[in-house]
Amino acid sequence: MFKRLPEAQAEVMVNPVRVTVNGMEVVCRNGDSVASVLFVAGILACRDTPVKGTPRGPFCMMGVCFDCLVNIDDVPNQQGCMVLVKPGMKIERQQGLREVQT
Amino acid sequence: MRNIVTSDVIVIGGGLHGSSTAMNLAKAGAEVLLLEKNYVGRHASGVNAGGVRTLTRHMAEVPLSLASQQIWANIQDHVDDDCGFEICGQMRVAEHEADVKTLRDRLALMQSKGYTHEEWVEPADVCKMIPSIVPTIKGGLIARHDGAADPYRTTLAFRRKAQQYGADFREGVTVHQVAKRNQSWWVDTDAGQFQSRVLVNCAGAWADKIAAQFGEFVPLKAVGPMMLVTTRMPHFLETVVLGTSRPLSFKQRANGTVLIGGGHLAWVDRNRDVTELDFHALSKGAKTVCELFPHMRNAVISRGWAGIEASMPDGIPVIGPSGVEENLFHAFGFSTHGFQLGPVVGQIMKDLILSGTTDLPIEPFHISRFS
Amino acid sequence: MNTGTNYDVAIIGAGPAGMAAAISLTKFGINVVVLDENVSAGGQIYRGVTTSPLSAKPQILGDDYWSGQKLVKEFLESSAERIAGASVWAVSQHTSGSEQSHFEIGYSVNAQSNIMHARHVLLATGAHERPFPIPGWTLPGVMTAGAAQSLLKSTAIVPSGRLVLAGCGPLLYLIAWQYLNAGVKIEAFLDTTPKGRIPNLWPYAFDFMRSPYFLKGLKLVREVKANVNVIKSLSGLVANGQEKLESVTFKSASKNQSIEADHLLLHQGVIPNINLAQAIGVTLEWNDILKCWVPMSDAWGNTNIERIHMAGDAAGIAGAWAAESRGQLVATDIAYQLGKLSLAQRDISVTEHRKVYARATRGREFFDRLFQPAQAFRRPTGDTVVCRCEEITAQQVRETVKIGCTGPNQMKSFLRCGMGLCQGRFCAVTVTELIADERGVSESEVGHYRLRFPTKPLTLGELATLPQTDESISAVVRLKKPV
Repeated sequence: MFKRLPEAQAEVMVNPVRVTVNGMEVVCRNGDSVASVLFVAGILACRDTPVKGTPRGPFCMMGVCFDCLVNIDDVPNQQGCMVLVKPGMKIERQQGLREVQT
Repeated sequence: MRNIVTSDVIVIGGGLHGSSTAMNLAKAGAEVLLLEKNYVGRHASGVNAGGVRTLTRHMAEVPLSLASQQIWANIQDHVDDDCGFEICGQMRVAEHEADVKTLRDRLALMQSKGYTHEEWVEPADVCKMIPSIVPTIKGGLIARHDGAADPYRTTLAFRRKAQQYGADFREGVTVHQVAKRNQSWWVDTDAGQFQSRVLVNCAGAWADKIAAQFGEFVPLKAVGPMMLVTTRMPHFLETVVLGTSRPLSFKQRANGTVLIGGGHLAWVDRNRDVTELDFHALSKGAKTVCELFPHMRNAVISRGWAGIEASMPDGIPVIGPSGVEENLFHAFGFSTHGFQLGPVVGQIMKDLILSGTTDLPIEPFHISRFS
Repeated sequence: MNTGTNYDVAIIGAGPAGMAAAISLTKFGINVVVLDENVSAGGQIYRGVTTSPLSAKPQILGDDYWSGQKLVKEFLESSAERIAGASVWAVSQHTSGSEQSHFEIGYSVNAQSNIMHARHVLLATGAHERPFPIPGWTLPGVMTAGAAQSLLKSTAIVPSGRLVLAGCGPLLYLIAWQYLNAGVKIEAFLDTTPKGRIPNLWPYAFDFMRSPYFLKGLKLVREVKANVNVIKSLSGLVANGQEKLESVTFKSASKNQSIEADHLLLHQGVIPNINLAQAIGVTLEWNDILKCWVPMSDAWGNTNIERIHMAGDAAGIAGAWAAESRGQLVATDIAYQLGKLSLAQRDISVTEHRKVYARATRGREFFDRLFQPAQAFRRPTGDTVVCRCEEITAQQVRETVKIGCTGPNQMKSFLRCGMGLCQGRFCAVTVTELIADERGVSESEVGHYRLRFPTKPLTLGELATLPQTDESISAVVRLKKPV
């Protein structure tokens, strides 16, 4: 569980950016990264690993751990912490092992 | 004064061919010492595409390759390890009519020699076998009993088996000079001096330096064939796919990663064991893959590398006794396709060294063809 | 975006070192480009300094952070070209498609690959968090302190569940202090700084007390201790949970303790981001105080590769202020090498930078020794995950040594450890230490993963559409296969 500080919440009110996360609409601040939006939306795990299907969430928030991989607009393997939200963006959990095994 | 280490046979080079030679010799009861300058499997042997291929080999290699394939079929018994070997078939695909002709001519040649291991595959069947290939493919030439294995694991398995039979492996030992004195080989290294009756040159991309010390000059070129590997992907491919008129080797491993190779070359400095990947060439290879397998556009490349391998101008290795010295033998220059031959080459070397002869036709590989 | 554009200097990284170097170089009239993988300049330390929603309440993040605004502003106003969102995946010397330039840089922006050429390259790639391999460190809910701080700085998002901080080093105290300023509740601060070090560090203490961080640091630590439950001298730290973090357990004062938690922030220092440097061929050396690999560079930032310089934390952890002055110093040497200064002029013009650098790094010897992570947290055992990407455990790594692997590269071929997307950033130091531990030899002797380009992933489609220069088109390098 994460929350925005009042300063960020104020910016969301003034200039909301609407995206969907796993089909659910989420209102973001212009300047949020996809990973930060997942946190605020109550999502801790953004993917399952391809090796053992273990749930993982963003770990380093600076683009070096590659744990924050998500599907963005149907393109997989996007680093959520390095991509800023855009209106209408579709963000989805990345199924690692399940994909590899089908 | 340091002690001189003596052995009946010294093998220089701890790649697959050196390890296989050592294993076969030790198995036959010979006293073997192997000297490796880095660690076993450090170079070409440990980092190649792992193709276990009889398909479209140079005619001279075909008998050796078929013999090696018999060993591969029983590799578990041979080295107590399945080496990750899977029989999935290897196919050269025809992208256009010129490719079709090339492959059909090859098929005709093979059939004229009585070889049946290469078969034509109609375009519709290629698409059935490989649903993700571009539908305009014009056919293919397949060797159904070919496959792929894990190169590093294989090299290590031969090494372990060799050690079990009593072979002595020394890593981190660089050979500086070799000389013959009084019927003995004297090998000077950075770890002291070694002495033997028989010397085997399996020094890969550095083998010409050894051979040169006896005036056996070979026009060996150190090359760095490049490989890319992707992250794990849903399974879409069983067969190993090769290009016909442009370099491609394309394979999906059991863990879902895809290996892309084929022969585009890196920059190599063999004196410092350093390579630099040529991204312009890799880009051409990537383009080939994307044109043949359109869905690969989104595949994520997680790593690239290049091994250091020995390439001979006629594309076939040097295998056999020295042309100038007794008790000196060579097995090197496999020109990026030596992996599958590893098991049989070890047997050939053992036969040559211990009985002076081998059943397999190795005349085309003699080192004297370069003098 | 020009294909194959030629620059005098390409700087990789827009943190304090990269920005300071860029500014200095432009003053010499040198044609500079800065490739930054982030959208906004500032690196990690000044992340979000131009975009943060907290600018109206500067007391939350503190003066040191906001001092970065000035540098970023000067950088953005300079004539240095900036390519934002650029993921650099190769810096080639021998296979460059250009005859004139020494280096060809392969990079991607918005999933489009491109190349550029430069005569000199400055690697200012900074640092990242050290791995902190404890059982459960891969659970959702666990992240690095740096990650939490990035979240705070860039987006003003904070944990709202039960929060535990664990580790050692000033950054952990800093985020705790910032959270207090922002009204974030912290359940516990587990300080893993090994006990009993200070007496051995008295020789370095005087310098430390003259360090610019000393008084600030003391004040910060005092405020945190006054407001947060700080627990010291602990061992056996474990993050527990099934699908996500549920509790943190540890042993302290001979008692097993457990704290229910939704968030665990881990931190035990930062280490240089070495992947690009090593792939280029820069020699690494093991720093036994910081217990990490550091690319070797001289006082002027020169490495063993001609015309490759390094500056900032990537060349050795020294903090933001030191990075700035070092960036200026290294830029001066590059300017000299490009013929803009004589040797004498070069030596004179860096006097001030040298002074600032000395002041900025005063006390580091004390610092680095005090906060060296405990061995237990660098050399895990059992089921603790070492390679996060491939999910390889400490036990597996240790076992490969028993069967004859003497170094990380053999072990990598065996286990796939280090073959994931992070390319060893979060496992390299652990692996080196584990192999050293099992073999009973030094970390230097064990060595490091052999890193190669691409140092950041790219898609096959990106690679397939790499712009070709005229030179590279004409250089057909192909191996003929006999058919």
